[in-house]
Amino acid sequence: MSGALWEILAIAVLASVACALVGVFLVLRRLAMLSDAISHAILPGIVLAYFATKDLNSPWLVLAAAATGVLTVGAVEALARTRRLKEDAAMGIVFPALFSLGVVLITRFAGHVHLDVDSVLLGELAFAPFDRMILGGHDVGARGLWLMGGVALLNASAIAAFYKELKLATFDAGLAASLGLAPAVIHYGLMGLVSVTAVSAFDAVGLVLVVALMIGPAAAASLLTDRLAVMLLLAAGLGAVSAAGGFVLAWALDASIAGAMAVGVGVMFALVFLAAPRRGLLATLLRRRRQRLEFAAVMLAIHLAQHEGTADEDEESRVEHLQGSHVGWTPRFTARVVDFALDREWIGRDGGRLHLTEAGRNEAGRALSGLGRRFAADLGAGI
Amino acid sequence: MTLLAELVTDYTLRTVSLGSAALGAVAGMLGAFAVLRRQSLLGDAVSHAALPGIVLAFVVTGAKTPLALVVGAALAGWAAALLVMLVVRTTRIKIDTALGLVLSVFFGLGLLLLSVVQRHAGAAQAGLDSFLFGQAAALVGDDLRTMAVLGAVVVAGLLLLWKEFKLLSFDPGFAGALGLPVRGLDVALTTLLVVAIVIGLQTVGVVLMSAVIVAPAAAARQWTDRLGRLVLLAGAFGAASGLIGALVSSSVERLPTGPTIVLTLTLLTLASLLFAPRRGLLAARVRRLRQRRRVAVDSVLADLYRLASQHDDPTRAPHAPDVLRAMRDGAGTGRGLELLAERGLAAREADGRWSLTPAGVDAGRRLLDGDAEAGA
Repeated sequence: MSGALWEILAIAVLASVACALVGVFLVLRRLAMLSDAISHAILPGIVLAYFATKDLNSPWLVLAAAATGVLTVGAVEALARTRRLKEDAAMGIVFPALFSLGVVLITRFAGHVHLDVDSVLLGELAFAPFDRMILGGHDVGARGLWLMGGVALLNASAIAAFYKELKLATFDAGLAASLGLAPAVIHYGLMGLVSVTAVSAFDAVGLVLVVALMIGPAAAASLLTDRLAVMLLLAAGLGAVSAAGGFVLAWALDASIAGAMAVGVGVMFALVFLAAPRRGLLATLLRRRRQRLEFAAVMLAIHLAQHEGTADEDEESRVEHLQGSHVGWTPRFTARVVDFALDREWIGRDGGRLHLTEAGRNEAGRALSGLGRRFAADLGAGI
Repeated sequence: MTLLAELVTDYTLRTVSLGSAALGAVAGMLGAFAVLRRQSLLGDAVSHAALPGIVLAFVVTGAKTPLALVVGAALAGWAAALLVMLVVRTTRIKIDTALGLVLSVFFGLGLLLLSVVQRHAGAAQAGLDSFLFGQAAALVGDDLRTMAVLGAVVVAGLLLLWKEFKLLSFDPGFAGALGLPVRGLDVALTTLLVVAIVIGLQTVGVVLMSAVIVAPAAAARQWTDRLGRLVLLAGAFGAASGLIGALVSSSVERLPTGPTIVLTLTLLTLASLLFAPRRGLLAARVRRLRQRRRVAVDSVLADLYRLASQHDDPTRAPHAPDVLRAMRDGAGTGRGLELLAERGLAAREADGRWSLTPAGVDAGRRLLDGDAEAGA
């Protein structure tokens, strides 16, 4: 790969880290769709600031877009506060309206300048290396590299500086307010960061990728850990890995880099979703299966205990009996339950008959007394 | 008037207008349910997610057959909706995160495929990218027929399961208790929504179609509390906006259809929020002012009556406004007295003090008796 490609990769990785860091808080605060809303809604802010400055590299664009983003959040909340619309409907109206305004402004008045609708959606990562940062007459690297590096640093330091406040406001807004932390200030501060990140990344990678990079890594990280600090690090790492993977995919297919990186995020999330140790789909299904078996084995122990020493013990302890109408297990399930209970040494087997071991008798007794206690507690509570 | 004449004679304009009105009507009607069930953002996810389906359908069939593209879009949108449900049901991930993730990843996949197709498929693919922001001008008779058939299917489905969908939207728990297949109805309604979205994609574009789902219903909601009227009104708003947006964008150069329709819808929604008769913000404001005035009048009347009734002849017991002001927190006393005078309940004496007229004494007594009754 040439130097330019390395630069593109570096910009992509920095953008993904910057997005993932704020994304964690959006996901935890159940505001993930705000990344979609903000990244669409900042368009008219960018366009108007561009008309005013005639310079796509002006820092005013970032400020104007960030202000538009915060205003969007304010507008959605104000609409929801009138109680004429639910929050989701308010969001579904405000951001398409602002985005439409931006698109119309571009197509009507900015037709063939650098700003066009495709670059809005897709970004221009492939061209990023041509846009150089010149300091004191020296070429110090691509401008996007500095911009995304700066935003990643800004997000990391803002989160580090206000870590305790953000954590408390995210997990217990009521307590945060009663401690005088002003959740509203924290909320809008966070929205400001999201907007600045969105508009900076937007120029490099387009708005689709902004949404994918903010939500995907954070969502995946939330399946892997319960600790906020770990989640932030994981999200940044997963974001970087999927951005890099997507970049390689785009390079191999000679296709849209932003699209491929979004797909990279999707693949990364799918893997985590399937295989995460405790919260992944496979782990969840396995756990449910095991719980079902364990419950059935306890039931088997209780069944055997009920009939132990009675006249019908001989009949009731036959394996075939469990498959009959009395218990109603399928032969396959019965075999698995019996194996499970044998494995735990709750029961023993002689021929077609099962008998309880001491451990199995204890297990049945414990389960029954647990049931009894719960029943008594329910009675006590007047249920 | 020339526009109207052209509407009748011009084939393209007629096709475009009919198509846009039809898509607006169907999207509006289904959107009413989406908004009621707080699924506004599901529409956003489904419409973005349709893009890879459209491109893949083109790759598979090698042509831009309307029906094939629509089927591709519907399958992709449907898969997206199911994936969202799967992720939410099986993990701790919340609905907003699942929606955003599925939306952006599917859309990214669509852009990836589009960029590959544009590089390799030659001229046949031209116009696929108009699915991003919509191109009403490209509608032809074939598209219109596809839209009409699908729209009719959606509306028929809605009518057929009207009672069930109504129950599902307002009280799914009760629907389940009645033995209705809630999960199946949920999937059916979502499927109809997906089809309604897909109908509009060519005209409005995948990026903005969600607004055509949400906005007509949000606007219509301000005018009525009844589901039947809500659905009809949302359909009418959608049709009107589709028509206006398509006509404006067809007659003005370089004005994409999707954004124009969305901006029309936004104005309609804002107007409804402000000016609707009962729920409108303006009506609420007027109501509040009126109420405040009535409270001011009543409380001044009550105070004046309490003072006057201490005297032998309540109509000849003038009191200074400052006394009344001291009895309440002061605000609105002067205004309240003037309003009383206007109604002939109180009169200002030459020395600036106020006394009740006989009618005012009666009104005061009634007011306090009423309070006492209400208190008891």
